[in-house]
Amino acid sequence: MSNVFSNIGDWITERSPGLMPMYRKHLTEYYAPKNFNLWYYFGSLAFLVLINQIVTGIFLTMNYNPSAAGAFDSVQYIMRDVQWGWLIRYMHSTGASLFFVVVFLHMFRGIMYGSYKKPRELVWLLGMLIYLALMAEAFMGYVLPWGNMSFWGAKVIISLFGTIPVIGNGLVEWIMGDFLPGDATLNRFFALHVIALPLVLLLLVVLHLAALHEVGSNNPDGVEIKKGPKGNRWSPLAPADGIPFHPYYTVKDIVGVGFFLLIAAFIIFFAPTLGGWFLEHDNSIMANNLITPAEIKPVWYFTPFYAIVRMIPSFMGSAVWGVLAMFGAIAVLFLLPWFDRGKVKSIRYRGTGFKVALAVFVLAFMGLGAVGAGVTAEVIPEWFGNVNLTTWENLFGRVMTALYFGFFAFLWAYTYFGWEKTKPVPDRVTMHD
Amino acid sequence: MANEVVDPGRRRFLTAATAVVGGVGIVSAAVPFIKSWEPSARAMAAGAPVTQSLKKIELGQQLIVGWRSLPVFIVNRTPAQLAALPGQDPRLVDPKSQVDQQPKYAQNEARSIKPEWLVMIGICTHLGCVPTYVGEMKPEPFDPNWQGGYYCPCHHSRYDMAGRVYQGVPAPKNMEIPPYHYIDDMTIQIGVDPKGAA
Repeated sequence: MSNVFSNIGDWITERSPGLMPMYRKHLTEYYAPKNFNLWYYFGSLAFLVLINQIVTGIFLTMNYNPSAAGAFDSVQYIMRDVQWGWLIRYMHSTGASLFFVVVFLHMFRGIMYGSYKKPRELVWLLGMLIYLALMAEAFMGYVLPWGNMSFWGAKVIISLFGTIPVIGNGLVEWIMGDFLPGDATLNRFFALHVIALPLVLLLLVVLHLAALHEVGSNNPDGVEIKKGPKGNRWSPLAPADGIPFHPYYTVKDIVGVGFFLLIAAFIIFFAPTLGGWFLEHDNSIMANNLITPAEIKPVWYFTPFYAIVRMIPSFMGSAVWGVLAMFGAIAVLFLLPWFDRGKVKSIRYRGTGFKVALAVFVLAFMGLGAVGAGVTAEVIPEWFGNVNLTTWENLFGRVMTALYFGFFAFLWAYTYFGWEKTKPVPDRVTMHD
Repeated sequence: MANEVVDPGRRRFLTAATAVVGGVGIVSAAVPFIKSWEPSARAMAAGAPVTQSLKKIELGQQLIVGWRSLPVFIVNRTPAQLAALPGQDPRLVDPKSQVDQQPKYAQNEARSIKPEWLVMIGICTHLGCVPTYVGEMKPEPFDPNWQGGYYCPCHHSRYDMAGRVYQGVPAPKNMEIPPYHYIDDMTIQIGVDPKGAA
């Protein structure tokens, strides 16, 4: 059977020998464990959101004007005058928040099933680099509409670098290219947001997947299928508990995509600002260097780290400690594979201490988020009446900060000194045959 | 090639030398790109220090000059206004100016280099409004015991004659003192620290 399509296919294959082997290696002959569950949707969903951000972002640049004088108006122009511009922008802004939702769930999955452990440390490190690049990308994107929260958010975040002794002030001016966030700042953030960081992100995603496919996927049982018996329906050499990624998991992921798009569409059409959580109200006012918003707070996905900055008091006449703690909070995540000395991967077979610690860690992360987002500032007076807000908010926030870092210290001690009582890990995934 | 003997030492040296020269080239080529992020000549000009003569400012009078698009208050404080400053301490949030809102050389009772001359960025630390100068020491509707100072029309924050914020108002911090120094007895330059000060 030879037709025009297969002829074209052959013509290409003969001239680019890498394409078909690559397709097989990463899709039809990439054998993933057959016991993936709901938690395994979020990697492919993150990829979907990345594509959404790139496509909607390209269309936004077609009408956006990266200048301090024109940026705010051009965003309003997109929202009001450009045909369907509102939809494209809301897809982009909602996509940004959902990106962090799926990435947080994806990371939680990794911690829960020990996917960061040997031999997947590099997969975890590359994933953390993606997370870091994503935060920079999101921050710069947030500045672009040049609303008042954009301006003051940029000022506050850039000022964090001003706390570094000696070089701080020079560094702040270098980042802004001016003495206040202005044209120069907006233009360079635009360049980084639409060119530099997306390229970095895409490269990191390729490396993340390449590293994953080299060692193979982990699974909810934390069993290495490559070490198990060989031979499945497709190949006598493939792991018996593996199934081809395509079509099995591509089809499964489409179901996840369907659910995800339902949720995304609901937000885009009915609650694009999500009550000020996805798009802050103060950003509907143009940037004004003489008027500070009542409360400067970052978008929700930065709030846990922002809270850590706020909770660490200045010491020895310097405010650098809070900033160090914030970067430390991300650094310890990078080092997670080395804090955790336990050999058992999956939470299914790990000790009770790990389960409790992980739950506390998640609650501490959310608690810090509540502090950073100003939720505690609202509910403390409401629930406890006329108490000293600062004292109680600081107490709460500092306990949460201690618990956040405590998770890593506990995890190290728990596994290093052999306090963990694990359950026996099965030889094969529990769903085989 | 007549001589087929390979000298690995030479090869290593050549590889290292090539790498070093290449590295120096890359670092040098990076300099213009890094420097391009510095404030441009236009931004530097717009943010340049401002020189202001104090000669025509009468006792008790305030002059507002612009610096980096911020209003800077310059006040010739009267001896009575200065004398009232220490008495305000119990009513202030930060009487000793411990919050980092001024250069080290202005961290004193009068929050200035010379006590009589107040030089201050006139931006309320609450929401960035420009407070009104209410210099006369007479009972005001907002304070029967008013000793002169600043009153913010937006949310009623009050500051004393050194820009120190009173307790019980929305503003959290004293108003900011910019870096400045005296060129001569009656001329100041805003935006530049005195020689020898950090």
